[in-house]
Amino acid sequence: MIEKTVAEIAVALNAGDISSVELTQTYLDRITQFNGELNAYITVCADSALRQAKTADEKRAKGSNSPLLGVPLAHKDIFCTNGVTTTCGSRMLHNFVAPYDATVVEKFNDAGAVMLGKTNMDEFAMGSSNETSFFGPVKNPWDTKRVPGGSSGGSAVAVAADLCAMATGTDTGGSIRQPAAFCGITGFKPSYGRVSRWGMIAFASSLDQAGPLCKTAEDAALMTNVMAGLDKKDSTSIDKPVEDYTASLSNSLDGLKIGVPKQHFAEGLTAGVEQTIREALKEYENLGATITEIDLPNNHLSVSAYYVVAPAEASANLSRYDGVRYGYRCEDPADLEDMYKRTRSEGFGEEVKRRIMVGTYALSAGFYDAYYRKAQKIRRLIKNDFIDAFDEVDVIIGPTSPHTAFEIGTKTDPVTMYLEDIYTIAVNLAGLPGISIPAGMADGLPVGMHIVGSDFAEAKVLNVAHQFQQQTDWHQHKPTAFGKEN
Amino acid sequence: MALDKSEVEKIAHLARLHISRTEAEGVMSRITDILALIDQMQTVNTDDIEPLAHPLDALQRLRADEVTEVIHYDDLQSLAPEARDGLYLVPKVIE
Repeated sequence: MIEKTVAEIAVALNAGDISSVELTQTYLDRITQFNGELNAYITVCADSALRQAKTADEKRAKGSNSPLLGVPLAHKDIFCTNGVTTTCGSRMLHNFVAPYDATVVEKFNDAGAVMLGKTNMDEFAMGSSNETSFFGPVKNPWDTKRVPGGSSGGSAVAVAADLCAMATGTDTGGSIRQPAAFCGITGFKPSYGRVSRWGMIAFASSLDQAGPLCKTAEDAALMTNVMAGLDKKDSTSIDKPVEDYTASLSNSLDGLKIGVPKQHFAEGLTAGVEQTIREALKEYENLGATITEIDLPNNHLSVSAYYVVAPAEASANLSRYDGVRYGYRCEDPADLEDMYKRTRSEGFGEEVKRRIMVGTYALSAGFYDAYYRKAQKIRRLIKNDFIDAFDEVDVIIGPTSPHTAFEIGTKTDPVTMYLEDIYTIAVNLAGLPGISIPAGMADGLPVGMHIVGSDFAEAKVLNVAHQFQQQTDWHQHKPTAFGKEN
Repeated sequence: MALDKSEVEKIAHLARLHISRTEAEGVMSRITDILALIDQMQTVNTDDIEPLAHPLDALQRLRADEVTEVIHYDDLQSLAPEARDGLYLVPKVIE
């Protein structure tokens, strides 16, 4: 049962083949068995999960059959959960028990999903390997010497190793899609503003977006149905009706125009990933799609613009951690300034401090035009490239990452790590929906395929991903050490 | 653009971060590397380009100024490192 998709679990729960309590207990047992090795969860909520599962079973017995009722999920530890520790992977918040639920959490609670716990992540979502977590690195279940990607690495591993049926994540520069690629699962970032950011601890507010990590595009559609929508508590959430994203999954792709950016098949792309994606594109041709090479001429500037916009916004957002109202405070401060400085220096890890420094510099007097304003202009150029491309094609497809999961501890230089997100970052800068789905294997490790749509083309992106998964079984490949039912 | 030690100290102070003498060298070189990456932006002329602040060019949505939620001070103050009588306590500021 643990290998089943959310859609299949819903059928099984409805048929009475299994109860939510039994299913929840199975996942909790697996977490007990494997989390020591994988480090995917920071907090496990066994008692409350079993209570939620019991309630779900009672509701179902009374005739309720909403799709996520009683389905066990994990939340990235960036979402505030009322009464449950919410650390954001940081020493700064290691003892922070959120006093309210994030809107995303509230929506899953209302849908009757069962929260198994909170997943590990790069500190404040700043990282592409899950090595910056205060709670230690997460291990990739395909090879525990390797990283799972980041920053939503704990969520990706929890799904890949069947330590939950589905998980939430957030994506500021690739933090859902890249770990999904490295772990061989499906990870979807909706358009900016589609999902509420309320109660999601802020990193870079003009880029952050929540989304699902799960086994299939169909599951992603089921989860997005719950997550999406206007929230008056988030002034950047978009007032646009939420579609039923499952309704168009089965649409034919005959006549679909796929754009393949030449910049995503250039220097730096490893041969195994390139070959896998080219073969996956042939599947689309078999489905009646046409492939055209497209040009995203400013793509090469996306990483540099991002490393101004994201740190600048982060430096402002993270100024709230001052040791006064919640979270970590240093011991025996001599005075107020000493308290601020030591609290922040001891509470934040190296990468977070580095980005705060870069952001502070970019926003400091005399540098604003040269950095932040310049980056916003580049952002316009990047967005315009996509607008031009979507005049010609329906979706854009390429690799999610230039390579497969790398070994823990091998990328110590920040700039090398920043280039990890070279294919995903532009999508955040432009606010577009993007998904990563398993497209094959290279050297025994999963390869992710990146499908990008125009503004609010969530349904199209999910449809294109789902049709591939109807033709292939890459999304069913499991890491053998953790994939078996215990 | 390369940073020198005094600039690193100034930025650290603005960000209210403490950087020790031994750390300063490493921080300086890493941030200089990052600024070199960022400086790739300067290769493109953007004189006539309108900055993009919001990916959808959306405007701030306004709402009526009404009370929508009640703040539970006790719940919030129980999270503080030090709070008493409805106040957040910090080291003495005025002698």
